[in-house]
Amino acid sequence: MLELATVSLLNGIVYGLLLFMLTSGLTLIFSMMGVLNFAHASVFMVGAYLSYQFARWVGFWPALVIAPLACGLIGAAIERYGLRHVHKSGHVAEILFTFGLAYLIEELVTMIWGRNAVANSVPAVIDFPLFSLFGSSFPAYKGLMMAISIAMFVFLYVALKRTRIGLVIQAALTHPQMVGALGHDVPGIFVLVFAVGSALAGLAGVIGGFMLLTQPTLANAIGPIVFVVVVIGGLGSLGGALIASMLIGILQTFAVAIDYSLLDALRAAGIAVTRASPLYDFYSIKVATAAPIVPYVLLVLMLIVRPRGLMGKRDV
Amino acid sequence: MKSVAAAPEMTSAEPTPSWMTRSRTWVGAAAILLVLPHIPGLNADFGRSLLSQMGIAAVFALSFNLLLGQTGLLSFGHAVYFGLGGYATVHLMRAINHGLPVPVPLAPLAGAATGLLFGVLFGSVTTRRAGTIFALITLGIGELVYATTFMLPSYFGGEEGITASRTRGPALLGFDLGPQLQVYYVVALWAIIAAALMYAFTRTPVGRMCNAVRDNPERVEFVGYNTQRVRFVAFSAAGLFAGLAGGLHAINYEIVAADSVSALRSGTVLLMTYIGGVGRFIGPVIGAAVLTWLQASLSGYTSAWLFYLGLFFMAIIVFAPAGLAGLILMHRPIIRMPAFWRVLRAYAIAFAPALVMTIGAIVIIEMSYRLSTQPELGTRMRLFWTDIDAATPWPWLAAVVMIVSGFVVFRKTWPIVAQAWQQATTEASVAAGAR
Amino acid sequence: MNAMAKIPDIEAAPTALELCDLHKSFGPTPIIRGVSLGIARGERHAMIGPNGAGKSTLFNLISGRFAPTAGSIRLNGEQVSGFPPYQLNRRGLARSFQVTNIFPRLSVFENIRCSVLWSLGYRYSFWHRVDSLRDANAQAERTLEQIRMTARRDVPAGVLTYAEQRALEIGITIAGNANVILLDEPTAGMSRREAANAVELIRAVSQGRTLVIVEHDMGVVFDLADRISVLVYGEIIATDTPEKIRGNKAVQAAYLDSAHA
Repeated sequence: MLELATVSLLNGIVYGLLLFMLTSGLTLIFSMMGVLNFAHASVFMVGAYLSYQFARWVGFWPALVIAPLACGLIGAAIERYGLRHVHKSGHVAEILFTFGLAYLIEELVTMIWGRNAVANSVPAVIDFPLFSLFGSSFPAYKGLMMAISIAMFVFLYVALKRTRIGLVIQAALTHPQMVGALGHDVPGIFVLVFAVGSALAGLAGVIGGFMLLTQPTLANAIGPIVFVVVVIGGLGSLGGALIASMLIGILQTFAVAIDYSLLDALRAAGIAVTRASPLYDFYSIKVATAAPIVPYVLLVLMLIVRPRGLMGKRDV
Repeated sequence: MKSVAAAPEMTSAEPTPSWMTRSRTWVGAAAILLVLPHIPGLNADFGRSLLSQMGIAAVFALSFNLLLGQTGLLSFGHAVYFGLGGYATVHLMRAINHGLPVPVPLAPLAGAATGLLFGVLFGSVTTRRAGTIFALITLGIGELVYATTFMLPSYFGGEEGITASRTRGPALLGFDLGPQLQVYYVVALWAIIAAALMYAFTRTPVGRMCNAVRDNPERVEFVGYNTQRVRFVAFSAAGLFAGLAGGLHAINYEIVAADSVSALRSGTVLLMTYIGGVGRFIGPVIGAAVLTWLQASLSGYTSAWLFYLGLFFMAIIVFAPAGLAGLILMHRPIIRMPAFWRVLRAYAIAFAPALVMTIGAIVIIEMSYRLSTQPELGTRMRLFWTDIDAATPWPWLAAVVMIVSGFVVFRKTWPIVAQAWQQATTEASVAAGAR
Repeated sequence: MNAMAKIPDIEAAPTALELCDLHKSFGPTPIIRGVSLGIARGERHAMIGPNGAGKSTLFNLISGRFAPTAGSIRLNGEQVSGFPPYQLNRRGLARSFQVTNIFPRLSVFENIRCSVLWSLGYRYSFWHRVDSLRDANAQAERTLEQIRMTARRDVPAGVLTYAEQRALEIGITIAGNANVILLDEPTAGMSRREAANAVELIRAVSQGRTLVIVEHDMGVVFDLADRISVLVYGEIIATDTPEKIRGNKAVQAAYLDSAHA
């Protein structure tokens, strides 16, 4: 039991940190620009594909650098040549633009790499056991991912709260004209923010790519969970995103490990439930089967209890 | 039909049309729906099925626009109410198949009731927030319901879905729903009732307050209304009509499966509504008709259909945020002007390079898709009545030349269009001044 | 007028608006530091003070936009602090905004009509046709005449001129027949002539109601107000009739101080 709990906890933390890698870039872009980038998970997917491609050409370590940089460039282009022009039409138009972009990126990826998953396996250089726990070994790539994820948090936290540029950027969100008048290049700052956010998504993609399946539906598979995480954490809050990522990562991992249903619980309590009972279907759902809906149930509960999210401040 | 919500460029402040004009519009619409399935090209089963699908999509898109266009709420999970309405209807149809004495044409009412029920249930949670967070919450609820359908197979039938027969049941006024024409008429009747009710909704006190909430939620709170409650009412109403559309879907296809609550369907209705135009009542109907037709005619030919759809959507967002309805209605003030013909001529001139550019793009997209997704079919393909081989560089080169030259010429023709427009609007304003 | 019947029994209330030791802080920064004030029914009360004194914040507290950190607000005798704006509006309080706050895509007429619907009891009705509501339409038309906007009836509010939007702002505020009206710098940014028109309008519409007004134009203030309160650094340093305020040493000092600062 302890063994299961420890391994699940560790895996939960790994999954949670992966989610955080994704949400950090999203949170950065949102808190700086007030734009929810619906295509964020798609950039993550592009990062996975690019790292796969570059790893084949030049090896894993260069790919780890090139793929995020390429994603950053893509992000900069999206802001400069797309998003900027719909900004005047309001936030709904901005979300719709990134939503359409997510559509296009999925199809573009299909167009280049095909509909099936590519063989994006863990590179040999980081695929060795780091340590072993209760007989199951903990691979090095998971350790690398955790290190990168924590580094991201520290980098963003310091960049936003402790540096001059962070303060300028945050002021640019609320008072663009004023900051512009003070001699700062506001459009340039927005391009930079979008590029950094996208590069973070790309970096997450490099690692996430071989932990998940690198296929065109990857963005759709992970995207909704990421968006739920930012709502639960409180949209725009970095700390909230971290806590919510860990919470969902751990809860979901534990749920997957529990092979019992409400039916078992009822029977253990001495209540007879037969196939003919109403709601039999519902009772017999195993917790493990219900794991995919854990984030969404948590979302609904959060909205009932605390609509602005764990660390949310302003209403957006 | 006059505009209900203002288009983004703010065109609506027109007074309510008179009673006569309004009833004439609706009688006219009903007459068109009556004759449509008999005009050549649409008078066979394929055409009538297409018309039925358009009607269902139109009701669904109109219900979506109660949220987006009327109340300013962007939902990524509207298919939930459509799909659950469909499931309720298909279950009712099964009961009818087993002897329940209810005529099948009335079964969509069960869909509407279910849509309303879940609209109320989920609406009480989702409408606690507005804006971006609302959009994300609807996305989450959509995923929740979609995943749940797979966990409860006895209600939802898993991937295969639930089937029922629309013909085994008591006939209503001689309608047994055997021929597609009868299905179409049932859909058309419900569609026009639903459209009339939704139009009426926009002209009620709460419907007007929905517009006010869309424009300025903060001020609404200072004239006595709770914005959350206004959003909730709009959300519930949208759920009801989405459920009705789902019910019609159940009758038309005799099957409802998990795809009917999926994010893909939620996305499709969003695209339909936005492409049609959120600022006009008729917009979603246009979008539903155009996209349903495109899907039926293109998805058989090309696996890149979704890519084209995405491009179309992006083009509308960037270049025509008022949608197709906005593009069409923008010509209304100049249609009687002499310079209108110059505008049309300018369009024709600009159309030629645009076409060349488009064909070039299509060739590249089709070849890429063939190479990446259907390698088993080989590299030889037939596009635009020409045999080409995607393994050779020539078709790629030709396509690039077409795109670049088309673009360059198109840029040159654009001033002609702008100038013609300028002249037409000047004439129109002079004419308006004279009156 | 059945709208009047909706308004709570104000005869019993001693004062229209009563603020008692009101405090508001944003984070560690106190903005309102213990404001107490009673405003009688039918009184026209002006709120003046140097920039940053907290006048707008005080309005936001009274109208429910912010909840007070401490202290109480009574409206027509009823304890209402912490109520959301719509609850206050239903109890007969309406306000205008310093920065124009209208429904830009609705017509001028729709703007006004949306502001009378609740006060006439139509609530969240989806069973009335809004165009057939005689009382709502008549009241909206009457308000349009009052603010002299009948000719602009069907224009989208977003394309009005600035002065017209200011007039509409006041129209939205008064349309619902609220008995306590708060106007936040109604003449801000207007030309002399426009301001004079606005003052006439305010004088006419505040007839028989309680008016609280924040205003920088001292001509307007001394012309219009029955009593004046001077707010400095979140505290009221004086409340009196215009003549006495004019002679008040503390007030003169406060204004000179802020002029030097």
